[in-house]
Amino acid sequence: MNPFTFPRWANKTRQLAGVVIGVAPVYLTALVWYGFSPKTTDAGYQPKQPVAYSHALHAGQLGIDCRYCHNTVDRAAHAASPPTETCMNCHARVRKDSELLAPIRQSAETGAPVQWAKVHDLPDYVYFNHSAHVTRGVGCVSCHGRVDRMAEVAQLESLSMGWCLDCHRNPAPHLRPPAEATNMSWQAPSPTFGAEFKKANNINPPEDCSACHR
Amino acid sequence: MAMAQSPFDLAPQGENAFARITHNVARVAEVSKPPRGWYIAFGIALSLLSVFGVSIGWLFWQGIGIFGNMNPVFWAMPIVNFVFWVGIGHAGTLISAILYLLRQNWRTAINRFAEAMTIFAVICAGIFPGLHVGRPWLPYWMFPLPNQMSMWPQFRSPLEWDVFAVGTYFTVSTLFWYMGMIPDFGTFRDRSTTKVRKMVYGLLAMGWRGSSRQWHRYERAYLILAALATPLVLSVHSVVSFDFATAQLPGWHATIFPPYFVAGAIFGGFAMVVTLAVPARQFFGLKRIITVGHLELMAKIILATGMMVGYAYSMEFFIAWYGGNDYEMFTFFNRALGPYAWSYWCMIFCNVVSPQVFWSKKMRTNPWVILGVGVLVNIGMWFERFVIVITSLSRDFLPSSWGYYKPTFWDFSLLAGSFGLFFTLFLLFCRYLPMVAMAEVKAFHPSAHGHGDEHH
Repeated sequence: MNPFTFPRWANKTRQLAGVVIGVAPVYLTALVWYGFSPKTTDAGYQPKQPVAYSHALHAGQLGIDCRYCHNTVDRAAHAASPPTETCMNCHARVRKDSELLAPIRQSAETGAPVQWAKVHDLPDYVYFNHSAHVTRGVGCVSCHGRVDRMAEVAQLESLSMGWCLDCHRNPAPHLRPPAEATNMSWQAPSPTFGAEFKKANNINPPEDCSACHR
Repeated sequence: MAMAQSPFDLAPQGENAFARITHNVARVAEVSKPPRGWYIAFGIALSLLSVFGVSIGWLFWQGIGIFGNMNPVFWAMPIVNFVFWVGIGHAGTLISAILYLLRQNWRTAINRFAEAMTIFAVICAGIFPGLHVGRPWLPYWMFPLPNQMSMWPQFRSPLEWDVFAVGTYFTVSTLFWYMGMIPDFGTFRDRSTTKVRKMVYGLLAMGWRGSSRQWHRYERAYLILAALATPLVLSVHSVVSFDFATAQLPGWHATIFPPYFVAGAIFGGFAMVVTLAVPARQFFGLKRIITVGHLELMAKIILATGMMVGYAYSMEFFIAWYGGNDYEMFTFFNRALGPYAWSYWCMIFCNVVSPQVFWSKKMRTNPWVILGVGVLVNIGMWFERFVIVITSLSRDFLPSSWGYYKPTFWDFSLLAGSFGLFFTLFLLFCRYLPMVAMAEVKAFHPSAHGHGDEHH
């Protein structure tokens, strides 16, 4: 009787098992590290908007300030999406027959708001206050990127909690005079500007849970 | 009687003592039908397991509001059950590691299923912290995993030390248990009559041939694991006791807690071993291997550790008086005479009074008395944790915040369900795995020492 339960090639599985045990944890770690990261799953979100509105044209080429449309950003927690009337301030005269603006005209006629898609959407258990950031010297560009170069807005950053904390723990590189908050191309006059500004204005971002989760 | 036809009532077959030991143990897994008692027990265990499943499902659906936890008793039955099960899980490693290093050869008859019991108890224990965290779908937050929130567990909290202590204990116990079974899996494989059994036990045996080199390495590895596991026996329940001892609450804030908890854990663990051993040897005809002598030794350990636990109870009272702290003194009066006095005296009766019968040789050599005391001690040890957690929390420094905690139906169904999980795993283990460490029993059999005859 053959005393062996398994055929000879079964010995090969031992080496194979060694390789699997060595490689699998590395592979799984890498997979989760990159695959489950909000940088992979959340950054790059670019929903289709109901109107082909170009930030690159309006904010970039024409140089309209962010606050012309998002007018609550320095006074309220929420940065408002503009009502159709804001569009019509210009488009009642400018390109008033354009095919692309048909939904805007329709909205103005019926009073039904345009259903803009929210791009930067934080979870409901996070209380983010735009005015607290903008008036203390965090520019739009720090979180939203060069919106003035985007034809269609995409989310560039991960907006994860760790990403928020990165800045709350080390805010200096992201600070600027509040008057320059909406300036997309502002450059710090000196490498130590942020640290000096932080000290002068006593900027100490909170890191406790209840700062954002109330 | 139909029971008389059970193959387990027959004397084991074999030419010599070694063959009879093998036959005695291996037939449990080899007979086509286990004894009727096994089916009845397994049916009950499965029903309780389904109660566990339904309770956990309802908990996930409804949230932890289904528990009786209230202000001020925020820690209640889930923690009581956790500490109870972790405590049970201490006897296995004590038997397999400390008694091994102390050359207590009698341990070989009981170490395998004490280790199995340990692992299943730790599985039951591990479920409860996960269930009571509030968001039971996020229990992995207990582990220090890098995450998008840049958040880490609170490393200064003993609750986090628990994660490591229990996790290490479970890992080492499982390795110890599995490695010890390898030679016996080899035996099972070689005795297999069907292809499937041969393959499954063959895989589990990992190519065990019983060569002297394999035995040499096996013994070395066993010694190393025993040395690794020994400090764990003492550390795990010490860390569990820190959950309470590092708090400021009267009745918890005591330096005696680590040794008191470890003694209690060994006490409760041995009680569970005898609770399982007495029916198991009865059902499966293992009385020749797990003898009354073994049970008697365990009864002595239960008596000794029971006295240690009783000492700790009285020392808590002494220190409360000697320390002169009003709150501490009130807490202990409240334990013995307050609204939860029933649980306190239940604990004293089960843990301190009932083991005293073991002073009598007649009592400690009667398996059914041992079983009865074992069950009582299990109940008593559950009440010990109940007393510690509930009485201290329900009446602390501020009388205006006092309350009376009442467990809900779901608190009890989770406790009963965890017994279902425990017994389901244990009964499956009895049926399919080598319940006694055959190779180790043989090593200490008189005929292994050159005496030739088997009639020692």
